[in-house]
Amino acid sequence: MYEKNGEKYYVVDAHVHIWDGRESNLKNVHGKQFIDCFYDYHKNLSPEEVVWDYDTYTYYGGQRLMKDLFEEGYVDHAIFQATLLSDFYKTGFGQTEEAFGLATEHPDKLTYNHAYDPRYGEAGLEQLRRDADRMQLKGVKLYTAEWHGDSRGYKLDDPWSRCYLEECLKLGITNIHVHKGPTIRPLDRDAFDVADIDKVATDYLDLNFIVEHVGLPRLEDFCWIATQESNVYGGLAVAIPFIHTRPRYFAQIIGELLYWIGEDKIFFASDYALWTPKWLVEKFVDFQIPADMTEYAPITTDQKKKILGLNAAAMYDLDVPADLRLPTVAGDAGVEVAAGARS
Amino acid sequence: MTAVATSLVDEVLAALATVMDPELDEPITELGFVRSIRLDDTGVTVHLRLPTSFCSPNFAYLMASDAQDALRRVEGLGRIVVQLDDHHDSEKINAGLVADAGYVGTFGVEADTSLDELRSIFLRKAHTAAMERSAARLLRDTDLTVDDLHLITLAQLPEGRTKEALLRRRVAIGLGVDPGEPVVVDEYGGPLEPSAVPLRLRFAKAVRISIEGNSHFCRGLLATRYADAEPGGMSTRVTNLRSTS
Repeated sequence: MYEKNGEKYYVVDAHVHIWDGRESNLKNVHGKQFIDCFYDYHKNLSPEEVVWDYDTYTYYGGQRLMKDLFEEGYVDHAIFQATLLSDFYKTGFGQTEEAFGLATEHPDKLTYNHAYDPRYGEAGLEQLRRDADRMQLKGVKLYTAEWHGDSRGYKLDDPWSRCYLEECLKLGITNIHVHKGPTIRPLDRDAFDVADIDKVATDYLDLNFIVEHVGLPRLEDFCWIATQESNVYGGLAVAIPFIHTRPRYFAQIIGELLYWIGEDKIFFASDYALWTPKWLVEKFVDFQIPADMTEYAPITTDQKKKILGLNAAAMYDLDVPADLRLPTVAGDAGVEVAAGARS
Repeated sequence: MTAVATSLVDEVLAALATVMDPELDEPITELGFVRSIRLDDTGVTVHLRLPTSFCSPNFAYLMASDAQDALRRVEGLGRIVVQLDDHHDSEKINAGLVADAGYVGTFGVEADTSLDELRSIFLRKAHTAAMERSAARLLRDTDLTVDDLHLITLAQLPEGRTKEALLRRRVAIGLGVDPGEPVVVDEYGGPLEPSAVPLRLRFAKAVRISIEGNSHFCRGLLATRYADAEPGGMSTRVTNLRSTS
């Protein structure tokens, strides 16, 4: 919980990791380049006083996570998003068992989302059933552009992917987080293309599709489909740190999102440990659209409360203390968007 | 350096300045992607760099091969070598450039079509953003409102960089540049119903913000990666070893 000027905010960090990018876990040069790339993101977009040294960044473990999120970071609940990258790291990049263990230990504070890859066909489907049972999954995180053997990635509307989505429905895994953002290794097609989400969102209305990184670097395509689909949401991971280095650009992003998809469908996320939530929460609560950007309305306190936590809490059925709720229901997926476009 | 040699360096720089990052719609020379240029009596070697190792290999390939093509249009350069540094596909791309293998030849089984379609998507986005800049300027500087915009033609745009940029991008996607052509058009350059103009512009604005934002991000990441780590930082290192005669 974060409190400022008498206002209290329930905070859900909708995208966090425990990763291991240490040299001992690297399978090849790609693993090294990948963690180096993340470190550049971290250095480039964090305030100087919260930049970690490289060794801390490559591995920080569960204890540090608990401290950074819950003791210092104002977070009430956080959601692990799996990032496997098994072709780059010996035990994977995201440490799934460690994260799952921590979530089991602190069910009030942490939710564990797993991953699957539809290119494993029937065997992967069976694995998904076992994982859902063992991990009590509510959500998964998918990397459609992940490199796998000769495959350059997959589309959510590929036949096997549809089988997996249907299985998710049966298993009660309703929250499908999709990484559309920094590339893994796509080739001739545009890895950030979000058109596949459009198709499956229409066909699977009982699933929620959360587009991570709000489609950046294809914000416009994401906004366009999200206005047409009632079950498409945007996660602010990677977009929100611009609040520090490029506040006017962040104002444009959040202004466009509020216009196109509305205040009920945007989720706060730090992408920890890319960035720590403490400064992001503080700056977001203090943030306002610059006065000369008259094309956007000022952001209200209620909108900030929804984005910072109430929307994700509604999606994940989290128990928000009565004094942190809003009089109206946040995260109302039934709201037809785009809010601005149709007003 | 003689006058002739200096001008050759200028010609190389001018050629490289025609190479655009397809996604950011800016020249690679302005983005800091040209790391070094080395001229000697046998030819020229140009090293390119990108903001992270994980920049899309297809875009990386496009820029490197475009640079090679641009240099081939400069007379008297000799042997042309373009190398992409520090990318996860550097080895593959550089070998493909040396062999002049083309995109499909470079990536083999990983690539099944040429990059023309991808390139075309981003040229259209660049046009959409340029169109929005022109329209937004009219709305800001004149008494026109968004309801008038469907009537506005290229002739009514004030001369200057914004208009030039729009015309250049219209040419790139095969649209006409006659003064009577409408400014605000649909994704394929066709005319719009007046009622469709406001939403089209709103979307065009999101496209512009997206492109500009990516540019902020890439510039920042490039600086994080190279500015402190290298002597010369973000500038292009030029070495001219051509003999004076």
